[in-house]
Amino acid sequence: MGETLAGNVIYRNVYQFVQDLLGEEWSWVAYAAAGMAIILLVTNAVMAIGTVYTWFERRLLGRFQGRLGPNRAGPFGVLQPIADAIKLITKEDIIAVGADRIVFTLAPVVMLAPTLLVLAVIPFGAGSWVADLNVAVLYIAAVSGISTIAVMMAGYASPNSFSLFGSMRAVAMLVSYEVPLVMALLGVTVLAQSMSLVDVVEAQALPFLLVTPLGALIFLAAVSAELNRAPFDVTEAESELVSGYMTEYSGMKYGVFMLAEFTNTVVAGAIFAALFLQGWKWPVLPSHVWFLLKVAGFVFVAVWVRATLPRYRLDQILAVAWKYLFPLSLLNVLLLAAEVIVWPEPGAAELGIMSAINWAVTIPAAVLWSKVVSLRTAPPMAAALSTEGR
Amino acid sequence: MAFDNLFSEIVFWALAVVTIGSAALVVHLRSIFRAALMLVVSFLGIAGIFAMVNAEFLAVVQVLVYGGGIAVLVIFAVMMTRDVDTGNRSTAVQPVALVMGVALLAALAYSIVQAEWALLPDSLPAPIATVFVETPTQLGRLLLSDYVLAFEVAGVLLLAAVIGALSLVRERRDA
Repeated sequence: MGETLAGNVIYRNVYQFVQDLLGEEWSWVAYAAAGMAIILLVTNAVMAIGTVYTWFERRLLGRFQGRLGPNRAGPFGVLQPIADAIKLITKEDIIAVGADRIVFTLAPVVMLAPTLLVLAVIPFGAGSWVADLNVAVLYIAAVSGISTIAVMMAGYASPNSFSLFGSMRAVAMLVSYEVPLVMALLGVTVLAQSMSLVDVVEAQALPFLLVTPLGALIFLAAVSAELNRAPFDVTEAESELVSGYMTEYSGMKYGVFMLAEFTNTVVAGAIFAALFLQGWKWPVLPSHVWFLLKVAGFVFVAVWVRATLPRYRLDQILAVAWKYLFPLSLLNVLLLAAEVIVWPEPGAAELGIMSAINWAVTIPAAVLWSKVVSLRTAPPMAAALSTEGR
Repeated sequence: MAFDNLFSEIVFWALAVVTIGSAALVVHLRSIFRAALMLVVSFLGIAGIFAMVNAEFLAVVQVLVYGGGIAVLVIFAVMMTRDVDTGNRSTAVQPVALVMGVALLAALAYSIVQAEWALLPDSLPAPIATVFVETPTQLGRLLLSDYVLAFEVAGVLLLAAVIGALSLVRERRDA
């Protein structure tokens, strides 16, 4: 790991500083201090962006719904997240009677951990990433799967049926959507012929959004489900389950859940930008600015989708994953693999040809398949009631 | 780096204690839910040890398969246990389970002792990372060439498991 970081300016400076201060034999302290400095910088920067994003999402939702949104604290309500944070921190921290106290307390921590761990492999700009893992794409899929356990912990430790229902729904959904998500990631890996996010960005002579539109679409849908965002927000459906697995949480524990949720959206935007939008590349502006703009673009689309689409029923959500997204993701991977066999090491021209083929085949296939798959089955509960009545 | 040896020693022992300690807690804890959570910790510890020996791919797959799959296991464990807070009562199968457990332990211990571990020379060349830098690629090549039969058999096994699970939980129309 030391080798990957040695090129980093901050890492080198802190390392040098501490070593000069303490001497050669304390180099492991310098190593640890330099690593900590980078961790501090990256996590806090992303958390700050996540916090600002809560304001962005609420204002934007207000727009979409023909109302104002938070506009009292500071100019345009920018200081609203700070007001919220103060409120959450000063609120009484309640652990309900009958809760499994240890598990209940640990759940928000386990929820936030994967968000921060994923940051390690994201290339935020030209030459600025913490670790260029050669299994980065798989690492993202693996680490983000941990949040399922956090949801289980929160739901099971709370002495509340709504919490338990919410977490059961979440597990059913998260486990299902992991399949199309990983298949979409596999498509990108096949195209880039590497699992390192840095290599994926380098391989994009054309944005993969154009080369594999279906892959991007599947990724978008699956990631919305993994993030519990509308139209897949059955786990905390306000109108049905109070707030799902978070029902019993208050104060800063609830705050950490919300922070994880919003930061997750920003991190998903960063992953999408790296996988499908050429990451930090694009001319004129500095690479970090481009990256942030692409993340902002993704986040805008995510809020747009949330404001536009109504919530699916749980059985419909599972049907979408298994009957619709899964076969299409198989088609996508098969097509991309065949194309990579024909054109190994694709440049811009070959990627252009692939793009044409993919648009011509996958998008009509997606539209046709949507006509074949029907979501209009009766919900299980209604079916059970109707047989009981007979 | 000079501290590398000490550093990896500390990390290894920390991981070993966490892995084995949490595995012991899995057996010891009465609450089946907490036991399952400790199982996750144990799996993550194993992933850490994989990462330590530069088997990044295996480490990540360990987290993906076991860490992610455990949530499903928890649900099944909770659903199939009669008294979730105190664990199942003893049944007539217990002696059989004991015999099977001891047999499995003996088989594992025998294979660990008998295995040829010295695949690499004791004094590894300094840039050890460069030797293993392409583990995913090499694993993929080997799995789809030399060990393709094992790979396909594993696929068939999983298919059989899926079909078996479906036939177990299928609703009977005639009932």
